[in-house]
Amino acid sequence: MTSEPILILNELTMRFGGLLAIDNLSFRAKRGDITALIGPNGAGKTTVFNCITGFYQPTSGSIHITHDDGEKFALEKLPDFKIAHRVHVARTFQNIRLFPGMTALENLMVAQHNTLMRASGFTIFGLFGLPIYRRAEREAIELARHWLAKTQLTDRADDPAGSLPYGAQRRLEIARAMCTRPVLLCLDEPAAGLNPRESDELNVLLRAIKSETKTSILLIEHDMNVVMEISDHVVVLDHGKKISEGTPEFIRNDQKVIAAYLGVEEDAVEAAVRA
Amino acid sequence: MSAARSEKSSVLSHALKDALIAAIVAFGLFILLLGFLIDDMRGPGQLIGRPVLLASVVGMVFVGRFLISLLYYNAPALRYWLGAIWAAISAFARQYKWQLLALMFAAAACWAFYSPRDWPLILIIIAAVFIGVRFGFSAALLVVAILFPVTFYNNPYYLGIAIIILTYVMLGWGLNIVVGLAGLLDLGYVAFYAVGAYSYAIIAQTYGWSFWVCLPLAGVFAAFFGILLGFPVLRLRGDYLAIVTLAFGEIVRIVLLNWVSFTNGPNGIGSIPRATFFGIPFNATDEGFAARFGLEFDPTHRTVFLFYVILALALLTNWVTIRLRKLPVGRAWEALREDEIAVRSLGINPTNTKLTAFAIGAMFGGFAGAFFATRQGFISPDSFTFPESALILAIVVLGGMGSQIGVAVAATVMTASFELFREFEQFRLVIFGFAMVGIMVWRPRGLVSTRDPTVFLKERKTISANHVAEGRG
Repeated sequence: MTSEPILILNELTMRFGGLLAIDNLSFRAKRGDITALIGPNGAGKTTVFNCITGFYQPTSGSIHITHDDGEKFALEKLPDFKIAHRVHVARTFQNIRLFPGMTALENLMVAQHNTLMRASGFTIFGLFGLPIYRRAEREAIELARHWLAKTQLTDRADDPAGSLPYGAQRRLEIARAMCTRPVLLCLDEPAAGLNPRESDELNVLLRAIKSETKTSILLIEHDMNVVMEISDHVVVLDHGKKISEGTPEFIRNDQKVIAAYLGVEEDAVEAAVRA
Repeated sequence: MSAARSEKSSVLSHALKDALIAAIVAFGLFILLLGFLIDDMRGPGQLIGRPVLLASVVGMVFVGRFLISLLYYNAPALRYWLGAIWAAISAFARQYKWQLLALMFAAAACWAFYSPRDWPLILIIIAAVFIGVRFGFSAALLVVAILFPVTFYNNPYYLGIAIIILTYVMLGWGLNIVVGLAGLLDLGYVAFYAVGAYSYAIIAQTYGWSFWVCLPLAGVFAAFFGILLGFPVLRLRGDYLAIVTLAFGEIVRIVLLNWVSFTNGPNGIGSIPRATFFGIPFNATDEGFAARFGLEFDPTHRTVFLFYVILALALLTNWVTIRLRKLPVGRAWEALREDEIAVRSLGINPTNTKLTAFAIGAMFGGFAGAFFATRQGFISPDSFTFPESALILAIVVLGGMGSQIGVAVAATVMTASFELFREFEQFRLVIFGFAMVGIMVWRPRGLVSTRDPTVFLKERKTISANHVAEGRG
């Protein structure tokens, strides 16, 4: 197991025409940590996610992931599905993207597509129901059952994902991402729309993922309860720039962060940034 | 009391208003179509008014619309009573299931006693009912299909229709993979049917290989064309995909029409080798099927054989589709229909997933095409026009996208009714249109709109259509 950070962003820039969405952003996420990415609306957090998960190709800069065994991947040139498949980076979406017409269990089975595809001999073995595929499918169901239990969805396993209540859909999306056995889990506002009890449960779930699996977590969140309670490291973005980073306690008291969030006069921000 | 009365009168006045509007629209539509007739016999441009005809048509529209809005739209009570009556009947049938079956058996026995010639028909009905009660509708349908040639052995016309129906069932099931499961709207499916038919015709004629060798080859060629179509349309969705696939269908047809040296152009390919019983031809010679098996020669032998060939091919399509749905590739198709971005985020290669859907769907189209060629003995580009694609797509949509049994029923109803209404000539298209509008009004998601989950933890629950996506790609 290497001590290298799991994720290294180096001078990442993303430009949409005239709009500079991310401006020379560099940060690291330590292995096994929960790293939070916060900032006001439009700060470029989701764009960072889309660059990491390959949905956007960054204009310049580099993104590196290092696996436990020391294998390195440069993400900036890989297409989205290869990042998920080879590098094992999983993500959830700000506006939930489940497969609403498929059951919760089926959603988790789709997530294990690549494992099952190999076991089914690219469909040939599976078509004739050979034992090698049947065993793999049983294992896949076991993994799904494990994550359904972790997310308290066992009772709703056979219901269509679209019929689940909002909070359950959020949890199911996390369970689905975990079924890909990710090294890095990117959560885009997992607590959005949750009530206080549900967001406490989310904290428990994320802590469990941190302690029981080798998955590191990168988190975008507006709910400061969640951020301050569970993250080990916080990176603050504003207008595509990193304005601060550090422990939750440090961020909580940082003038620049407070200025960016509460909105102060332009020159006050300038002064704070210079200070 | 007075509230109820006023509600009643508002229902009535609403229905009257509705009917009046419909009548005015009908009057506007029909005044020139039916109201006047140009009678050249009486001199050039002589107009004859036909007020009685016009008035009766408009009157019919008025009364019809009035009744519809009065009974159907404005009276939930009627729907309630219809529902209650249906529930009572089905409860009664369920409670006295075996008594009813015994009664039916007795009736059938009487029928068989008084007209012994009908026994095959009685057999098929009894078998279908018993199997249907015990194993469900799909099993009953299968039994009817298997027994069909036994019952209608002496009726080559019915056998011919049954073969056409099964061809469309197979095409519907093949297209169902692309449209129903993967959610990719394909308006050019007939192209693969054509590729299969021409592959079989040309290979069988040039090399003299048997049907059973050429059939897989036709499937392979069609699958290859499926991939060929798949590549350029990978990025397209919805309407754009529909337009390009439509164009692809036309390109294939026009190439077949103009590449005269290879396909014989508009004259088509004739005297395509007929299917043989694994090498034994169906003819009256000593080497023929009848002589070998000690039967009297009968041209129906070939028809019955073809019937079972297409039944087997259709069932193969069905079996493969059902299996594939439960495999990772099938789940990836359905996931792709539900949300492509989520599919990418889970590490599934969308390109491969779409291409396999196109290729496998096309392969079954190719099989059906090879069968078509060997049955007809003659093919020309005229058999592979756009309306064929539209018909197959209509079968899939009306049957309920993704549903195997729904597609089979839709194919049967559409193709059979096309034959049944043949005597009405051009009116059959009007009837066809009405039926389509009707189904789209009452069952907008097709006959069977629910989805069966492919795997379950505790119990298999059917998924209502409200949750299932139709696919935008």
